[in-house]
Amino acid sequence: MLEAFLYFIQQMLNGLTIGSTYALIAIGYTMVYGIIGMINFAHGEIYMIGTYISFVVIAGLTMLGVEYIPIILLVALLAAILVSSSFGWAIERTAYRPLRGANRLIPLISAIGMSIFLQNYVVLAQGARDKAIPPIITGGWTFGTSDFEMTLSYMQVLIFVVTFVCMFALSQFIAKSRMGRACRAVAEDLKMANLLGINTNRVISATFVIGAALAAVAGLLLGLYYGVANPHIGFIAGLKAFTAAVLGGIGSIPGAMLGGLILGMTEAFTAGYFSTEYKDVVSFSLLVLILLFKPTGLLGKPDVEKI
Amino acid sequence: MKKHNKLKSLGASVLLMGAAALSQAETIKIALAGPVTGPVAQYGDMQMIGAKMAIEKINEAGGVNGNQLEGVVYDDACDPKQAVAVANKVVNDGISFVVGHLCSSSTQPASDIYEDEGILMVTAASTSPDITERGYQMVFRTIGLDSHQGPIAGNYIADKVKPKNMAVIHDKQQYGEGIASAVKKTVESKGVNVVMYEGITAGDKDFSSLIAKMQKANVDFVYYGGYHPELGLILRQSAEKGLKARFMGPEGVGNKDISQIAGEASEGLLVTLPPSFDADPRNKALVEAFKAKGQDPSGAFVLTSYSAVQVMADAMKKTGGTDTDAIQKAMRSMTFDTPTGKLKFDEKGDLKEFNFVVYNWHADGTKTVAK
Repeated sequence: MLEAFLYFIQQMLNGLTIGSTYALIAIGYTMVYGIIGMINFAHGEIYMIGTYISFVVIAGLTMLGVEYIPIILLVALLAAILVSSSFGWAIERTAYRPLRGANRLIPLISAIGMSIFLQNYVVLAQGARDKAIPPIITGGWTFGTSDFEMTLSYMQVLIFVVTFVCMFALSQFIAKSRMGRACRAVAEDLKMANLLGINTNRVISATFVIGAALAAVAGLLLGLYYGVANPHIGFIAGLKAFTAAVLGGIGSIPGAMLGGLILGMTEAFTAGYFSTEYKDVVSFSLLVLILLFKPTGLLGKPDVEKI
Repeated sequence: MKKHNKLKSLGASVLLMGAAALSQAETIKIALAGPVTGPVAQYGDMQMIGAKMAIEKINEAGGVNGNQLEGVVYDDACDPKQAVAVANKVVNDGISFVVGHLCSSSTQPASDIYEDEGILMVTAASTSPDITERGYQMVFRTIGLDSHQGPIAGNYIADKVKPKNMAVIHDKQQYGEGIASAVKKTVESKGVNVVMYEGITAGDKDFSSLIAKMQKANVDFVYYGGYHPELGLILRQSAEKGLKARFMGPEGVGNKDISQIAGEASEGLLVTLPPSFDADPRNKALVEAFKAKGQDPSGAFVLTSYSAVQVMADAMKKTGGTDTDAIQKAMRSMTFDTPTGKLKFDEKGDLKEFNFVVYNWHADGTKTVAK
């Protein structure tokens, strides 16, 4: 009985861990969609670049003899956010801004092109092989009997805490700050916001930068959690995060968080109680079901009508 | 003046093209097809350095029937779709000989095209039995089959390891699932209790749910059919989660990258690999030649690739030409003396004899024969 309960909790924790990182990446998709009504298909690559930058920084600092882990993590985090944000900003400037007002399909294609470009850029710069770093944060708590031991690693706790802090900071920023108000106004009506003197170009740039910064955080966290990266990880991560965003209701920030967590838990429970083979099947079937009954996603606004 | 210059350069380029055409007539091109990029590019490297060394040695010794060999590298990234594109490119480039492909799931669709176009293909790494099951004439391999490798692994598990609760995991690909089911069949026939048989998705990074499930089932031995990027992560995460089980995999996991990914967790991993041909005293000079170039001849597919080139070259010499149909007929009747031993092909294009050996893998990327 106790074992069954611990096993359930273990799978839930596994699901929450992976779900939190889906949520972090999903916010980038949902914010961009909320503001300009387009999907940023290069967003997964931003996450991948975030992982690479943190690997480079961690390897560099370790080589320089820095051993104090919080310093290493902080520097890696700042570097990943800085570089990824500049990529986010550059993507908006090169792949979206010149095409503003064009047919919606055109920026979509330019974003896919950007994604292919970034992937190959990293392949050329860093090689196509898997890069690995040794585990930095090891250990954790174990509970349970000799029959089944539940583990909660420090790394998982770090992922929960960092994700929660990021989400809280973001919701405060959107609710309270001047730029956050501008974001909401632009999301509601871009033309009107423009007429009322809001610098919409700046707001759109800011959305890309914020989304990229959160993806970089996810990149660092997942990079530390798995310890392995290759230039192609952005595709699957992006796909999952995009699914999470759609599941929660694209355009809605709380929706992206909820969608990420639901997706992560569905995967963990399917793998844990059914079969690992079917975890993607079940996740995507769930997506189809939710969209059938609630086409706007769980928390999406039904009356969003974008052009 | 300007016009004159243009004419001159035009003339020069025509001359150059002529020279290129002339030199082409004297070389026999061999396509070296395999993953140069992508997650299993390391195996591609093994194949390329082995095949290139063979080409170099054969050319040094005077080439084939007075012609020089030339290796042309094609990248399929271990992706079946790209493998088909590569095969079509090989056809368009007018090349009649292929060493490759590497991943069974790439070799299978590519070989359809080679068979249709009369291109001779020798794979040095694809072990899936299906590849030579279709009665093709142009398809050979210089490595053993999973239907041999699986029982060798299975017998070792059942006779030496004797696990109580065994899990068999695979990556749902032709090679991984094929070998995993062969192992499962062997161990079950010997009475080993297989409590889990599950597939994962290649490219997945998170195996925490799977590991918790294995912990719940008290798994003490895991056989993984697939490649090293996924097994490396499973090993690493199992160590972090405290799963006390021993792991085993086929030759697709046995390379140095797994130690880089899994670190300490790769110590004690069991791997079935072709025998260490590089440790054979007969190959000493050859091993030195690799080392002189800074290359590592210990990779599982380096010398099998060398042999792949050599059997083609020997058969070309025997038939005195490059007619692939005559060559494939000759290959089925000849005995080849290669660095991987005396090779003979059967009607299907498989080697008549090929052994796999069980090795203990170590965290520093080396291996020792498992007792």
